[in-house]
Amino acid sequence: MAGDGEKKPKLEMVQADGAQEDCVTFVMHDEDHTLGNSLRYMIMKNPDVDFCGYTITHPSESKINFRIQTRGGVPAVEPLQKGLSDLHQVCQHVLNTFQAKVNEYKEREEKPME
Amino acid sequence: RKAAQSLENVQTITWICVSSRVHTTDFPGNYPGFQDGWDMKTFQKNFRIDVVHLDENNIEFDMVGIDAAIANAFRRILLAEVPTMAIEKVFIYNNTSIVQDEVLAHRLGLVPIKADPRLFEYKNIEQEASEIDTIQLQLKIKCSRNPRASKESSDPRELYLNHIVYSKDINWVPLGNQADVFADSRIGAVHDDIVIAQLRPGQELDVVMHCVKGIGKDHAKFSPVATASYRLLPDITLMEQVEGEKAERLKRCFSRGVIDLEDVRGKKVAKVVNSRLDTCSREVLRHKDLKNLVKLGRVRDHFIFTIESTGSLPADVLMQEAIKVLMAKCQMLLNELSSAGTQ
Repeated sequence: MAGDGEKKPKLEMVQADGAQEDCVTFVMHDEDHTLGNSLRYMIMKNPDVDFCGYTITHPSESKINFRIQTRGGVPAVEPLQKGLSDLHQVCQHVLNTFQAKVNEYKEREEKPME
Repeated sequence: RKAAQSLENVQTITWICVSSRVHTTDFPGNYPGFQDGWDMKTFQKNFRIDVVHLDENNIEFDMVGIDAAIANAFRRILLAEVPTMAIEKVFIYNNTSIVQDEVLAHRLGLVPIKADPRLFEYKNIEQEASEIDTIQLQLKIKCSRNPRASKESSDPRELYLNHIVYSKDINWVPLGNQADVFADSRIGAVHDDIVIAQLRPGQELDVVMHCVKGIGKDHAKFSPVATASYRLLPDITLMEQVEGEKAERLKRCFSRGVIDLEDVRGKKVAKVVNSRLDTCSREVLRHKDLKNLVKLGRVRDHFIFTIESTGSLPADVLMQEAIKVLMAKCQMLLNELSSAGTQ
């Protein structure tokens, strides 16, 4: 965030030795429930995902452990990417709808004054 | 079909006092036969926003068809991650007032500043204050005795001049090219009448302040909202027809305007007119004979947002900025993933 002296890795991947690519725990730094819960919801909506959850390891540290387990041999990075881009699209749609409605409201408010 | 109907109710309405099934359960594989995977088109079809009230500092709008996880993310971002400008460094040249230096600096930090934070950059700690990341303000005031006060008066407003330091006494000192860039916008405190300190004759304040851009996560003074909250739309269902005197009592159990009495064949029958006005006091559950006639619940995907801004940005702009912050977070992680993938 603002005024960070050194560069910390934003995203790390932790995999158990010997496991395939479909069960991965992602460690996301400087994140909390804001992104964690909304991303979890989007990824759970993916039919390829067997398990998806996140924890905040300790409330004093701002990082989350985000775990994804897939079925069907899909690498775990894929649902994460899909979830992020889906969430991005949802926000874009919400933004467009919101801006349109606000402008509509403002125009409606101006009409009685004419 | 009846099973599907009750399933529909499970999915969209959370009942009060029956179960606490507040979490969304419509994930793929949870209900056999239902396609619950993410579908952008279905989402766009069901999603809508209705603005109920909008003025400069307040907005009340409904967001329907979205999940609580994302609505809550917007609320959290509005409180903690939309940036604002606030006083961070206070250079005290002279403070002979009764207010201690650190208390004065703390109070100055909490004063909302009217400046568009989107036009500024975050300040780097090591660098000097520059025109692109800092706003310089000055507060220079001295209290003196009023020579024109009458002999008998004991009212401080008459006896002293400048005995209360208000936020309107904070003046903007433009840095670099700020005078040209912000020529038409009035940079300073949002409100003129915030009391900062009290003085008596001979006491003075000479203080220079630097405002920087920050977020509410760092310090609450950077939060751009007085508050941002949402509530779910209440859902009141009458299980049977209620008429006559019972209907009258039922009407009084809810907030005014929620239940109306209709005239049906000479009898007064209760009908739910506007559940949005209900404040959910659950008064009806206190009456033995009325509590089984109604079912109280909340519509799980209908959020009534209320955002009150402190004045730095208008309330509707704040919501747009919050949505952009969430998009930026997703984008940043996507970039990390793609750069990690190519390594």
